[in-house]
Amino acid sequence: MSLAKRIIPCLDVKDGQTVKGTNFVNLRYAGDPVELGKAYSDQNADELVFLDITASYEGRKTFTDMVGRVATELSIPFTVGGGIHEMKDVDTMLNAGADKVSINSAALRNPQLIDEIASHFGSQVCVVAIDAKQEADGQWQCYINGGRVPFGKMLYAWAKEVEDRGAGEILFTSMDHDGVKHGFANDALSRLSEMLSIPVIASGGAGNMQHFRDVFVEGKADAALAASVFHYGEIKISELKHYLHDEGISVRL
Amino acid sequence: MKIAVIKYNAGNVCSVVNAVRRLGVDPLVTDVADEIRQADCVLFPGQGEAAYTMQYLRSSGLDKVIKSLTQPVLGICIGMQLMCRHSEESNTDCLGIFDAEVKRFIPAEHCQKIPHMGWNSLHNLKSPLYNGIGEGDFVYFIHSYYVNRNPYSIADCDYIQPFCASMHKDNFYATQFHPEKSGQIGEQILRNFIALSNKQ
Repeated sequence: MSLAKRIIPCLDVKDGQTVKGTNFVNLRYAGDPVELGKAYSDQNADELVFLDITASYEGRKTFTDMVGRVATELSIPFTVGGGIHEMKDVDTMLNAGADKVSINSAALRNPQLIDEIASHFGSQVCVVAIDAKQEADGQWQCYINGGRVPFGKMLYAWAKEVEDRGAGEILFTSMDHDGVKHGFANDALSRLSEMLSIPVIASGGAGNMQHFRDVFVEGKADAALAASVFHYGEIKISELKHYLHDEGISVRL
Repeated sequence: MKIAVIKYNAGNVCSVVNAVRRLGVDPLVTDVADEIRQADCVLFPGQGEAAYTMQYLRSSGLDKVIKSLTQPVLGICIGMQLMCRHSEESNTDCLGIFDAEVKRFIPAEHCQKIPHMGWNSLHNLKSPLYNGIGEGDFVYFIHSYYVNRNPYSIADCDYIQPFCASMHKDNFYATQFHPEKSGQIGEQILRNFIALSNKQ
């Protein structure tokens, strides 16, 4: 056997509740994050990602409390993201019990933050999330603020810089594919995976089980992240894992 | 049952503390020599850099404390690496409990990413630490340095090449993987470790 490809459900959390947007808007409620996390863990999810999409101070505190509950009750690794702007935020999340933190806009605005997290807490703690959209000329533009504002850096150059600064993983979301359920951005993913020597987590586009097979075989991703197909029960993780196993992909059953 | 978790500068230890609590024991997180010596068993967890953590262990005297312990001790991840003789990471002399060298993974082909991060399977299990654990069961790894298979090996794993996933010598046990993050399999391994202290 070899290192298993990871299946990672992502839980967007607002005011202590799980939500999922389609193309980053139109949020729908989907339950208590800790309960949902436990259910995923029982289904053999390999890791979990909790993204705080709350802006308020009160919501932020609720999220930190939730991170503590997740750490107490779950025995698989989890990453938290959203609202992490500086070292103090990283420290808060790790102290609450998170295994890794994911930074996105803050990394683009202040790339030095990646170096600081890697040198203080280790590369394994630092996941850099990149939201990007393909422009008419075929180039992938990076976006900040939850996919609302183009930043002016291009995906491949930024991904390389992120690796060089000491990130442990890259979580790449294709905004063109996210929420559409037509499959992952496999061309961009395989290029990322081939140019980088750190793991790449694919995000955006999962609609059926074959999309997961394709993202591992064609997209060469190390892990695949999805939200709504899991939250609404369209795909059961245990069934997905058996399907991938039958397709010859190494997974943890 | 008194369980001590060694407090030092290798990241926070709360995931290990939480895992032990889920087994119904409230561990003591401490860097006080007497408290560590009086525990029924000792966990030596952590994620960190070899030279930085060894320097701290030496300056605090914890290096001598750990080597002198006689109850079951479980080193996890960097804890296991620090229990070896030497690490290639910053060319660091370690505790020398296990006569083994810690080396850096060198990818044989590009698809082999460093760190080795994620779930991989255990093989050649041979210790009460693995009671109830099956050949091929998955546990969670996250590391860039490894120890070759050696006479102390009680579990092997394969990434780029076969390597030592777990070791045992006298009262010292070690895992390269994170039992505290390895779901039910990891919980069983921690339960087995705690049970060792009842047998001594």
